[in-house]
Amino acid sequence: MTVTSMTMTKAINNGLRRALADDPKVLLMGEDIGPLGGVFRVTEGLQAEFGDKRVLDTPLAESGIVGTAIGLAMRGYRPVCEIQFDGFIFPGFDQITSQLAKLTARHEGSLTMPVVIRVPYGGHIGAVEHHQESPEAYFAHTPGLRVVTPATPHDAYWMIQEAIQSNDPVMFFEPKSRYWPKGEVETAASGFPLHASRVVREGTEITLLGYGPMVSVLLQAADIAAGEGTSVEVIDLRSISPIDYAPIIKSVQKTGRLVIAQEAPGFVSVGSEIAATVTERAFYSLEAPVLRVAGFDTPFPPAKLEAVYLPDADRVLEAVDRALAY
Amino acid sequence: MSYTAATVQLLSAEGTLVESDASAEYLPIIERLDDQMLREFYRQMTVIRRIDIEGGNLQRQGQLGLWIPSLGQEAAQVGSGYAARTQDHIFPAYREHVVGRIRGVDPIKIIAMLRGLSHGGWDPKEHGNFHLYTLVIGSQTLHATGYAMGIQLDGNSGTGDLESDEAVVVYFGDGSTSQGDVSESLVFAASYQTPQVFFLQNNHWAISVPVSRQSRTPLYLRGEGFGIPSVQIDGNDVLASYAVTRAGLDDARSGKGPRFIEALTYRMGAHTTSDDPTKYRDAGELEFWTRNDPISRYTAYLRARGESDAFFAEVDAEAEDAAADIRKRTYELPVPEASSMFANVYAEEHELMDAQAAWLAQYEASFEGGQA
Repeated sequence: MTVTSMTMTKAINNGLRRALADDPKVLLMGEDIGPLGGVFRVTEGLQAEFGDKRVLDTPLAESGIVGTAIGLAMRGYRPVCEIQFDGFIFPGFDQITSQLAKLTARHEGSLTMPVVIRVPYGGHIGAVEHHQESPEAYFAHTPGLRVVTPATPHDAYWMIQEAIQSNDPVMFFEPKSRYWPKGEVETAASGFPLHASRVVREGTEITLLGYGPMVSVLLQAADIAAGEGTSVEVIDLRSISPIDYAPIIKSVQKTGRLVIAQEAPGFVSVGSEIAATVTERAFYSLEAPVLRVAGFDTPFPPAKLEAVYLPDADRVLEAVDRALAY
Repeated sequence: MSYTAATVQLLSAEGTLVESDASAEYLPIIERLDDQMLREFYRQMTVIRRIDIEGGNLQRQGQLGLWIPSLGQEAAQVGSGYAARTQDHIFPAYREHVVGRIRGVDPIKIIAMLRGLSHGGWDPKEHGNFHLYTLVIGSQTLHATGYAMGIQLDGNSGTGDLESDEAVVVYFGDGSTSQGDVSESLVFAASYQTPQVFFLQNNHWAISVPVSRQSRTPLYLRGEGFGIPSVQIDGNDVLASYAVTRAGLDDARSGKGPRFIEALTYRMGAHTTSDDPTKYRDAGELEFWTRNDPISRYTAYLRARGESDAFFAEVDAEAEDAAADIRKRTYELPVPEASSMFANVYAEEHELMDAQAAWLAQYEASFEGGQA
């Protein structure tokens, strides 16, 4: 066995190191990712090891980072961009949605865009405005992008490498609240393809579905519910675009009830999309409406209110109770 | 009207060579051109002007959704287009039809795009490294800079061999200089000292907004402000456009860093066929630029060099033929299969694309006769 316990930041660091070592066309680009190792230290030591032609400290300009990554990909490179914080991705939004996402179609397939954009996202770190957001739905809504988010160090280690190997652009959302807890990483084999969702806990009475930072919250809720005699199944989505529906439909056909949880605002969100699709595909299996537990439809509040804003195990259990009451 | 003391001009509006300190630097580059190349400048400018008129006609007759005229900008484009070496990469905005033609893009590809049959679609690798048009203003400047960074990382610039060292030229307009992406590309180019030329066509109008509203300084000083050596040229002078771009690209490919050229020219027609410049432009301005027309001054230059009537007549006939050919082939352009919408959204398999393509196919087959 080749199992090691490490944090998610270390797991991504190791995944990036392996990608840099395996393919000379892989480049890292971003603000402060060189000697500092990024504000979250995810790229720590990589510039020292691979040099400043493989790990580029860029000027402070997100559109510039993404736009030049596009040009580098046209030249045959596989750039991995770090956006410093979720709320800072919007200056690069146009290059991502109008250019990166559309270039393969515009070229009628003669050009591929193997660009990965890493985005630390989500709350629970007590930070100032623009540093705790969950903007994944904007990108899931954009044809041409793939959007994934790991929930564990093992998944992060493998998913970053698989994202880099993809010939399509991949938005790689890293849950900041899960950066520091350690988990076991099996470095010999991943055991799953990039876009596969995963049943992380089996149960029979209700399905809880989430991704990234919510998976650990759902497991906590499932434990509490089990103590109260309710058997809960938990699914980690892993991939927001495309969505691997087969395990979700199978689970709902078994339990008849589905609660979807996310930190992002609920209105026109990933949860809304899944609720609609599950209703279409598993209508006769449902014993209750699909319920969503989400951030409120407000700007992310000042940090002292984040515990109220962010869905926790109690908010999930409140939805479980409502679903079970049907 | 807008030429300044700094404007580099090699050919006067009357078609005579200009003697100045600046021209002394650049005229030797022109002297190395043979008669054949000097004729090609004329041929490309004349033929594209006729194709341009045909594009406008086709739009007015309902055959195209839009046409984007390049009338008046032929010298800026032909000179710089020929200045690029075979190995160079060209990132256009969306008005550089003749640069594409020089690099091997059949103008019918641009017609197809404006007829609503593609989003461009040519493969730059098979079309003289002429990249696709970019319609979001200024976005391509960052792609060009990234590409130039890649050339540098590959070690394909700065070796001292002008025949193999690569460089990039990116086209953009006066309006785009207000876009953040253009400033960001100048920052990145200066930071990494990329092998590229920023070729700004200042045609004086961003649809209806004059350049005077966009900038309080001459635009070539923008380049200087980012630490990039910058030159302002008479963009209606094909010789200046060729020589200054050639020198800039060779500097860039030699590892001397990026260069910035502001070519002063004029959009003699509308922004596109959807535009009406009579609502915002003064007729006197057009008169000034008509006197400075790029083709008439170059005609005078070639005639003074002894070019025969037969040559001019031959090019005129070629231009008429090219226009008739474009018209004929416009009617023959096929409409793509609906399934092509799903084909290249992703390079790799994608369940949603497969599902929607399959749904559309069965939906269309459900109609009588099998087609919606």
